[in-house]
Amino acid sequence: MSNVILKNLTKKFKEIIAVDNVNIEIKDKEFAVLVGPSGCGKTTTLRAIAGLEEATSGEIYIGDKLVNDVQPKDRDIAMVFQNYALYPHMDVYNNMAFGLKLRKFPKKEIDQRVQEAAEILGIENLLKRKPKQLSGGQRQRVAVGRAIVRKPKVFLFDEPLSNLDAKLRVAMRAEISKLHRRLEATIIYVTHDQIEAMTMASRIFIMNEGRVLQIGAPLEVYRKPNNKFVAGFIGSPAMNFIDSKIVKENGDYFIDAESFKVKAPQAFYSKIADYAGKEVIFGVRPEDLHDKQFVSKITPSIFNTINTKAEVIEPLGAEIFIYLTCGKHSVIGKMDSRTQIEVDQSMEVVLDMEKTHLFDPKTLLVIV
Amino acid sequence: MKISLTRLLIYIILAIFSIFYIIPMYIMVVTGMKSFAEVSLDTMWNLPNSFNFNSFSLAWLGSIKEGFRGISGSFLNSVFLVVPATVISALFGSLNGYVLTKWQFRGSDLIFTMILFGMFIPYQSIIIPLVLTLQRLHVYGTIPGLILVHVIYGIPISTLIFRNYYVTVPTEMVEASKIDGANFLGIYRWVIFPLSTPGFAVAMIWQFTSIWNDFLFGLIITPNPASQPITVALNNLAGSYIVQWNVQIAGALLTALPPILIYIFLGKFFLRGLLQGSLKG
Repeated sequence: MSNVILKNLTKKFKEIIAVDNVNIEIKDKEFAVLVGPSGCGKTTTLRAIAGLEEATSGEIYIGDKLVNDVQPKDRDIAMVFQNYALYPHMDVYNNMAFGLKLRKFPKKEIDQRVQEAAEILGIENLLKRKPKQLSGGQRQRVAVGRAIVRKPKVFLFDEPLSNLDAKLRVAMRAEISKLHRRLEATIIYVTHDQIEAMTMASRIFIMNEGRVLQIGAPLEVYRKPNNKFVAGFIGSPAMNFIDSKIVKENGDYFIDAESFKVKAPQAFYSKIADYAGKEVIFGVRPEDLHDKQFVSKITPSIFNTINTKAEVIEPLGAEIFIYLTCGKHSVIGKMDSRTQIEVDQSMEVVLDMEKTHLFDPKTLLVIV
Repeated sequence: MKISLTRLLIYIILAIFSIFYIIPMYIMVVTGMKSFAEVSLDTMWNLPNSFNFNSFSLAWLGSIKEGFRGISGSFLNSVFLVVPATVISALFGSLNGYVLTKWQFRGSDLIFTMILFGMFIPYQSIIIPLVLTLQRLHVYGTIPGLILVHVIYGIPISTLIFRNYYVTVPTEMVEASKIDGANFLGIYRWVIFPLSTPGFAVAMIWQFTSIWNDFLFGLIITPNPASQPITVALNNLAGSYIVQWNVQIAGALLTALPPILIYIFLGKFFLRGLLQGSLKG
């Protein structure tokens, strides 16, 4: 078993709390992605698992073994660093073989493992090169190779793609996913990029200010964020948030944002009954804003349509991002690419109300 | 054209400074070539009448007739002093720098400051306790005693050089090797040491020069001519009755030769190392 359990893990740097009482279990063979903005404690959490940071309090288990006082080399982990941290004076072969040599593996086995890893990563022809003769993507592969030759229980990745250009990042994303299936190992992957998290993770752990805010499969956290931070962090462009009020009229509930008023779906009623007359934050994803002309699955009506004006138009080809204003509010819509509009033109936008969210403005937790 | 004019000005200024700095060297070379009869303040600037290396061989071999030892006997003393002292102090500096940057502990910055403080203690102020200590250790008057003093006095500067260099070596590399399975010494041996060439170039060239050029420690710690370094022997060339300037100056040139050669041939490593330590990152 190579699961990783963190119990009440806290890490303080002097007075600053980097990791605040984190309790998570990463399952065997899982691809766990810790994601959050910079300074959220994700890297510190990873480094604590690696043994590079000592936990201020709490327990760390790897494969059911308490490892708080175990040296990094004896934790049976391998780590891929953001800047690769290759040894510049060793060639690629020796970069990968270094850990095995230190562990006194027989030469034959070292050879075989390095060869195998090099084949998996497609770097067989680079084994004699020094790191400075490699491109960024090749260095990345060597760093991964150095991790896989050791056949550790758990792989730790610290923002491994952030130094690559955008195109390469997309390609490496797919490769790391493939690698995960092939190695059947537990991977803990840290990133600030929610797209990496969404595309690779079995489960996403969203962190902010040292705490884990939500854990779930990518689509689960996308569809059912349990607080405003997660809702805003997952998804791109980010969810639109609009300060509104719940009003009850003739047994129906409406979301009133002053500049517009839409009707809450029936399914929301039981949960929003207590909020009648109170302030809420109305959340709607850009992809749930539709140009009235191209809306198909939902029926436009006065209850879900708002009048807006286009401010900025960003055609991306497959879709079009439109920055809209509606009275004092600004929202972003991700629209059908057929949408024809020019700046300052008005536009009728239909909201997919079933997919919207409401948040409590005080606790920032989701209401529905 | 404006650019080339400023260039021209720069070159002129540089040339003036170069000449200014090279004048003493000129005087030394021409005086060294002169015979004793030719040496006088009036003819100081003149070229020698003939190329004559007698004063160099006199300075090197000495003269029993005229009652002075040459510097040749002390040349090897200096080599046996400088080489180990340079290597050992660079190694200590490297280990210190490694610990102070990659294994920081509570109070490590304070210790670094205190090590640096050692640079500002004037030699003269510690001479009496130094001699007493060396006598207790039974190394007073010997080359190993002199090596010990230079190693200790070299620790602050070489620690500073290596610390500043190792700051530019990514700490992730040390962390990667920790995970790869290396321990404190293993990381030094396999990762840090092989990357230290620029640091060693700077520290060793620096140490070589300053130990070679040291006069005070040699004078005080090795009163016995058999173990004196070359700088002390150079001073003793002065003889007892008359000062032969041409021989003195020839000896000074010979004594200064090794550091000059090192700078000429290894100067680029020195500069490169200095730049890597301070500007990169």
